[in-house]
Amino acid sequence: MNHEAEIRKFIVEKFLFGEETELGSNTPLLETGIIDSTGVLELIEHVEKHYAIKVNDDELVAENLDSIGNICTFLNRKIAKDSVGPGHHE
Amino acid sequence: MNDQSPSSSEFLKIDCARELDTVSIGIRNALRRKLHKRGLVVGISGGIDSSVTAALCVQAVGRDRVIGLQMPERHSAEETLSLSTVLAEYLRIRQVLIDITPILEAVRYYEMYDDAVRVSVPGYAQDWKSKIVVTDIHEAGAYTLFAVVAESPDGRLVRGRLGLDSYLAIVAATNFKQRIRKMLEYYHADLHNYAVAGTPNRLEYDQGFFVKQGDGAADIKPIAHLYKTQVYQLARHLGLPQAIIDRPPTADTYSLPQGQDEFFFSVPYEIMDICLYGKNHGLSAEDISGHTGLPPVRINAIYRDIERKRAATQYLHLAPMLIKEVPEIAHVR
Repeated sequence: MNHEAEIRKFIVEKFLFGEETELGSNTPLLETGIIDSTGVLELIEHVEKHYAIKVNDDELVAENLDSIGNICTFLNRKIAKDSVGPGHHE
Repeated sequence: MNDQSPSSSEFLKIDCARELDTVSIGIRNALRRKLHKRGLVVGISGGIDSSVTAALCVQAVGRDRVIGLQMPERHSAEETLSLSTVLAEYLRIRQVLIDITPILEAVRYYEMYDDAVRVSVPGYAQDWKSKIVVTDIHEAGAYTLFAVVAESPDGRLVRGRLGLDSYLAIVAATNFKQRIRKMLEYYHADLHNYAVAGTPNRLEYDQGFFVKQGDGAADIKPIAHLYKTQVYQLARHLGLPQAIIDRPPTADTYSLPQGQDEFFFSVPYEIMDICLYGKNHGLSAEDISGHTGLPPVRINAIYRDIERKRAATQYLHLAPMLIKEVPEIAHVR
């Protein structure tokens, strides 16, 4: 499963109870109420565990996390930079 | 009497005498027509909101029908007990003092809290002090982050970001405090056939800075329509003891002193008041920039955060959801 599909699956299952409505790659997650501040923590926990990365405080910005597309761009950059490897994602 | 607070903006000034009448009539009408209760219980902390609420209750129904409940615990600031006593004596209301520490120990609050903090601050122990803070949530594009700040017995400060599990564990534990206090308020209300007066000001009520079924629970909330700056105006008008007026606002939830602006609002209440007023009255960021000392870009970020908090905390205001309306009692809901 690629990053986009995996992140989409996580968001749909975790926050939308499996009901995928109009969740585009660029849909803003916070503004549309899909996630709130606790949801951000859930999202961080997921990407840290699943991709074996550490999200730093200064990386917790909308540019990195507020849409599926932004998250994937961030993950690609982060994984390449950290060279930690992809962890256990499928 | 007028408010001399340097940052108090003209548009937040109220006619205090008139406001007192409005609130007094509102309280009496609520007790007589809706609640059918004979008086009021107020949890008093020595802070400005509970002090003004208690004073307004006295204005409305007389001191003989108001009970001030003091409920400190191990981590309460010293002034919580001393200033709430000053208030009760000033208002000459009945005081009931209940130290809730043994109740919190019985539900293992202190253990649960310490365990959760230890995840972010290894070595944290009972003789340390701590508080929860938020990062500057109004910086463009930044998310709300919670961190624990802990102080060791030798004065060393340690800061650690809270992950999901420890954040939730701390919220769940600290909410115990508010719910235990509310349980005791309702016990004393039942005992005397009184109602419970809640103490949120407009900022707290609007932005959801309260615990559902905790300090958010009440039969009446006499100052929920008043901005915090206006609560201070009323305090001065009512002649409340200066030590209460001068006390810095605090959540009084954690063992280290913590302002509400560190935990929830991120800017001081005077600024939040003006921003909330500006947003509620359709004022642009440029309109209020001069009143706040903040650039328009920052005010727009605060405006967005106000909306976000309203959305995120909407559930706190909701009565239990029904799948189908029960028409016979729909008029009450």
